[in-house]
Amino acid sequence: MTGELALILVWPALAGYTEAAIAYLGDSMRPGRLSRWAIWGVRLGWLAQTALLVAQAARAEGFPWGTWAGSLNLFVWLVVGAYLIWGCRAPFRLLGVAIMPLAAVLFAVAWVAGGAETNRASELGDVFLALHVGLILAAFAGFTLAAGLAGLYLWQERRLKARAPGVLRQRAPSQAALDALTGRTIAVALPALTLGVAVGLARLGSEGGGFDAIMAVALVTWAVYAGFLLLRYEAGWRGRRSAYLALAAFALVAVALVPVTHF
Amino acid sequence: MHLVLVGTSHHRAPVELREQLYVTAAENGEFVRRLAAGEGEAVALSTCNRTELYLVDADPGAAQERAFAELAALGNLSETEIAGSLYTLTDEAAALHLFRVAASLDSMIPGEAQILGQVRGAYEAAREAGTAGRISHRLLRQALRVGRRVRSETAIGENPASISSAAAELAERVFGSLEGRRILVLGAGKMSDLAAVNLLSRGVESVFVANRSVEKAERLARRFGGRAAGLDAVEGELEQVDIVVASTSARGYVLSAEQVERVMRKRRGRPIFFVDLAVPRDVDPAVNEIEGCYLYDVDDLARVVEESVAGRREEASRAEAIVVEEADSFRAWRLSLDVVPAIASLRALAESIRTSELERAEGRLESLSPSERRAVESLTAQIVNKLLHVPTVRMKQAAAAADGVLYADAVRHLFDLDDAAKARKPGE
Repeated sequence: MTGELALILVWPALAGYTEAAIAYLGDSMRPGRLSRWAIWGVRLGWLAQTALLVAQAARAEGFPWGTWAGSLNLFVWLVVGAYLIWGCRAPFRLLGVAIMPLAAVLFAVAWVAGGAETNRASELGDVFLALHVGLILAAFAGFTLAAGLAGLYLWQERRLKARAPGVLRQRAPSQAALDALTGRTIAVALPALTLGVAVGLARLGSEGGGFDAIMAVALVTWAVYAGFLLLRYEAGWRGRRSAYLALAAFALVAVALVPVTHF
Repeated sequence: MHLVLVGTSHHRAPVELREQLYVTAAENGEFVRRLAAGEGEAVALSTCNRTELYLVDADPGAAQERAFAELAALGNLSETEIAGSLYTLTDEAAALHLFRVAASLDSMIPGEAQILGQVRGAYEAAREAGTAGRISHRLLRQALRVGRRVRSETAIGENPASISSAAAELAERVFGSLEGRRILVLGAGKMSDLAAVNLLSRGVESVFVANRSVEKAERLARRFGGRAAGLDAVEGELEQVDIVVASTSARGYVLSAEQVERVMRKRRGRPIFFVDLAVPRDVDPAVNEIEGCYLYDVDDLARVVEESVAGRREEASRAEAIVVEEADSFRAWRLSLDVVPAIASLRALAESIRTSELERAEGRLESLSPSERRAVESLTAQIVNKLLHVPTVRMKQAAAAADGVLYADAVRHLFDLDDAAKARKPGE
């Protein structure tokens, strides 16, 4: 029964995200035709995934997303949710080309690895863990979006510099908006990461336990993004340099995080 | 009742004739009152590209004659002088034409935004003059809806159609809103003037004009409420401005890459957008390679406009489909007008028979309780409704298929409704 419920909710979510990914790709080739389909795919997929998360939370005795696959499921939900805040606005739809294929693939991976099942519960089911994982995942969702925005900035800058005749046919945010949003997203995500790490360290102090590789990656991530904000707001790094920095920081964190969570 | 369009546009008439046939907003009310000639309906749409008169009349020939005479009088010309430049369309063709006009498909540049406001203005003028009747209300409201649909469901009006608007939109792609931005205009010629006007209309805050002749620079700066100086002050100003519009007649580059590089180091990453409208060019093309600098010359902008106009044409085919769909809906509505009076008369007849029969049976129904009485009322009303339901639906379907008049006449004949049909007022 629990497996059936998961299946009932996973399929619409996956179908919605996949449809949105395909529609966004189509829309990037022929602007204006498929964007409505794409945004509805995102909305319906996200609603189905929300229902899945609610079902998981209702059925689990502890924190249901303590495994890496469960965390990935929650992470995808946070990324798509954050994207929905802007994605409905026409100029930001283009960001869906980067976000939705990634969301569809990661959600499928989370499902295959058992992160979408409704009877799973972490052995470490306390409020501290929920806060710790929730905040850190929210921060990573923010960093992912910031990387998407930075990528979009560089893509558009290339088109503007190349003086592509069709540069205005594709609706996109201005360079200034993309640059500012990248900085702001990281400025919001970093405090969430700080709080998440602090909660984790407090829990470690009260319950005992060793300092592991995931904690090290979290601290490195904190240092990298704190460096980003320092360079941006103190040293005046803007535009292309700021975008490369946001992408490099994200790549570094992603490369460090994948082996640490898998092995 | 027939819908008649008589008009002229940039397709048929030169600007000299269009000027003569232009109806100003002030004279529109009186003009349409004369056209309506009492009980008819009339709307006059007059813009720099067209003057079109939409009339509703039982006699399309008479309406056409009135329109010809009024247009000739307006332009102080004879009817034969203007006849070759006028077109006449009736009924569905006239409606389809107005929908295409409102959708900006008949404009010089498809997708231009002004026409919808002009159609709205013509409609409001007719309403105020009391010459918009049932058909023209529906026609104009639907035309406005077509215009809105085309703009929201297609991208026909989204991209620029001129060099100066392309430059402004590219600047917006870099900076977002241009509110509060500063521009530096190099050269005091007509091209810089046009580009600066477009940028100012989008909220640019201040203008600095630099020219070899300071006097000319001051003249242009005064027009925009800006400041002026000679070309030697350019490097200092570059630190402050966001957009540079260059169109001097200098033989060599007025701005070198080295100069711009020096300035960019002081700007802490703030971008500059260069629009080089000069031939030979004023800005060293290597400036485009500098981080934070975007440089477009006149050929680059022309290519952007060309692509954008091609995009508008592509979108036009989608807009045409919307126009045809709306024209079909208007046609179905107009044809339904032929059967609506017959349906209303038939229903009125049935209802009068029902009530008179109930009155005749009053003596036999006296013994009924109030609830039984209500049941009888309800039962007889249901019988009438059920009997008339299918004929009503069939007549409406026939109207949409253009057989409505035949059906309506047959119903009038079968049920002796002739008097009701004759009593119908024109335009109802």
